[in-house]
Amino acid sequence: MPIFDALVDSKIKLILTRHEQGATHMADGYARATGKPGVVLVTSGPGATNTVTGLLTALMDSVPVVVLAGQQIRAQLGKDAFQEADVTGITYPVVKHSYLVEDADDIPRIAREAFHLANSGRPGPVLIDLPKDVTQGPCDARFVDTVELPGYSVPVRGAPELIAEAAELLKAAKRPLLYVGHGAVISDAGKAVISLAEKLRAPIVNTLLGKGAADETHPLHLGMLGMHGTAYANKAVVDCDLIMAIGARWDDRITGKVDEFCTEAIKIHIDIDPAEFGKVIACDVCIEGDARLVVEDLVPLVEAADTEPWLAQCDRWRKQYPLRYPKQGGLRAQHVLHRLNELTRGDAIITTDVGQHQMWAAQFCRSTTNRHWISSGGAGTMGFGFPAAIGAQFAQPDKKVWAVVGDGGFQMTLSELATAAIHELDVNCLVINNNYLGMVRQWQEMFFENRLSGVDLEGNPDFVKLANSYGVRAWRIRRPADTDRILAEAQAHRGPALVVAEVVKEDNVFPMIPAGAPVSAMIIEKPTGRLEKPTGST
Amino acid sequence: MAAASSAAFTGEKGTSPKHTIALFVSDKPGVLVRVALVFARRGYNIESLVVSPGKDPGYSRMTITCSGDPATLGQIIKQLAKLVDVLHAIDHTGQAIYETEIALIKIETAGNEERAELMQIAEHFGARVVDYGSDSTILRVYGNSEKLDALIRLLNDMTITELVRSGKMVMARGRATT
Repeated sequence: MPIFDALVDSKIKLILTRHEQGATHMADGYARATGKPGVVLVTSGPGATNTVTGLLTALMDSVPVVVLAGQQIRAQLGKDAFQEADVTGITYPVVKHSYLVEDADDIPRIAREAFHLANSGRPGPVLIDLPKDVTQGPCDARFVDTVELPGYSVPVRGAPELIAEAAELLKAAKRPLLYVGHGAVISDAGKAVISLAEKLRAPIVNTLLGKGAADETHPLHLGMLGMHGTAYANKAVVDCDLIMAIGARWDDRITGKVDEFCTEAIKIHIDIDPAEFGKVIACDVCIEGDARLVVEDLVPLVEAADTEPWLAQCDRWRKQYPLRYPKQGGLRAQHVLHRLNELTRGDAIITTDVGQHQMWAAQFCRSTTNRHWISSGGAGTMGFGFPAAIGAQFAQPDKKVWAVVGDGGFQMTLSELATAAIHELDVNCLVINNNYLGMVRQWQEMFFENRLSGVDLEGNPDFVKLANSYGVRAWRIRRPADTDRILAEAQAHRGPALVVAEVVKEDNVFPMIPAGAPVSAMIIEKPTGRLEKPTGST
Repeated sequence: MAAASSAAFTGEKGTSPKHTIALFVSDKPGVLVRVALVFARRGYNIESLVVSPGKDPGYSRMTITCSGDPATLGQIIKQLAKLVDVLHAIDHTGQAIYETEIALIKIETAGNEERAELMQIAEHFGARVVDYGSDSTILRVYGNSEKLDALIRLLNDMTITELVRSGKMVMARGRATT
């Protein structure tokens, strides 16, 4: 209460959301769109626990978010007082660091440390638990400009001898591959990566979260790799003789079966977090440092290797296995997203939720610009996409912002339609509605003899009417031919706009590497026979 | 935190190799929980944990003995080092270190014969009688953990009614950092 009261006279802009989870994802979207920390203010107890999903989302994807949580007065701590919860205890595993403030005079130091920790090194969420009596002061301490954290250091440049070693390996490679992750987005390494690729004549692939760091429309770019990556990206992974991770962490969605991942290839790993080295894959060279600075240091040390046969092979794969989808049989999500890409051309910030629509959006919306692709990767948080778009729109008011969501995830945080409406926010939301939890349905169809269980979203509302009831303008796409017109109308509309694409109910995302299978077991087109149940995690 | 198993107290050999980790930490609220969570999340069993003030105010020492999959240990050390309140984390397994531990052992001693045997064993291990009652005796013994294990194994023929061990403390020899 004292904080909210102080905000009345403050220059700090307060956005009232409808749910703390939505607030946390908004702060996350704000942070991803700008590189600056997003801040959330919530009340104690359930208010604070509702941020846990957002904290996990931010931690897994290295996003700077600062959560300020109200707390009972100090005398009541541990006494089961009203709305008292052990919030620092609950959140230990989902924060980069956290504080329970015990003295008002600590607030300036802790605030400074929290923002420093959130947005330096490998970014992440920081929580500050603020007992009410502490926030009432008095506080005599002054704001400090420096932080003293003897247990915390931030690597910057990579070790020159390791960079030289990597350069020698890159020069000797015949089939090199640059594998770009979210670290490249965070450090804005895209230009350096492109320079390196052009100088080496090496192809680039990126992860789901690496989209946008290096322009996906660049001729050397093979798009996304991994479970639902392009066939040509994954074929390059299987056949490369050197793979270099640039701010990426060999996630299980990338490696598939670890024992069979690039067994013959030289592996180089650039990461700002040394705890990632050897966690999943043992690499030949591990360089601790900021992705951009390390790649910039590498560029002058390398020279064009004889990679033309390799690039020609990658181009053959690209022509042989393009991303495609059936043009018949009704409205398809892929078509809608393909047309959205034609409309936005990389200029819009696209956020997604989690599921089939996310993978299709990743495939068909090609990212050209850094911080224009925002998606929950590590945590795979349904309900993320729409509030993240709101946060991104607040952060970048001059940008077009599209949230691409499924009917399942959208219903987890759709109450934030009110937040968009009252602020007349120019945010667009595209709901890919197939009335299913589509990705799970796809797995059940492919691996569990189509025994559908817990996936039918019967009972969905009419999303157009629902949006209208919040005062949000809404459109419905039923026919492929209407797609361009409606998307353009919605984008041109000032204020929040919602488009519901009523897509075919049963459609599958391909290519697909079954969980736990090696990358070489990629399924490119819909299989006819029965498949083994996946061994890897869902 | 994983509960210490009774096997550790009775000196039985577990199946996983034991590791000794020294941590130098800021004495901040919650640091113990953060450290414990790193182990718990990865299925590591903490067998003993000693926390004490360090040389300078504001810092603490932790010595942890633990067991589990050796491949996971490297990851645990890195994750410990990554904690903001941890200044350093060192795995001292197999290094030149001095280590010691204290045990208090309470033994039921009914007859004189039994008592005489106990004294003999105690003397051999340099254990000292710190409480001498009519029907029970408390021994205090210190030394490396294996020595304590050996004594406890010998005393298992008698009736040990209570056993408290301090947990292992280590210090790196020479100029090496603990």
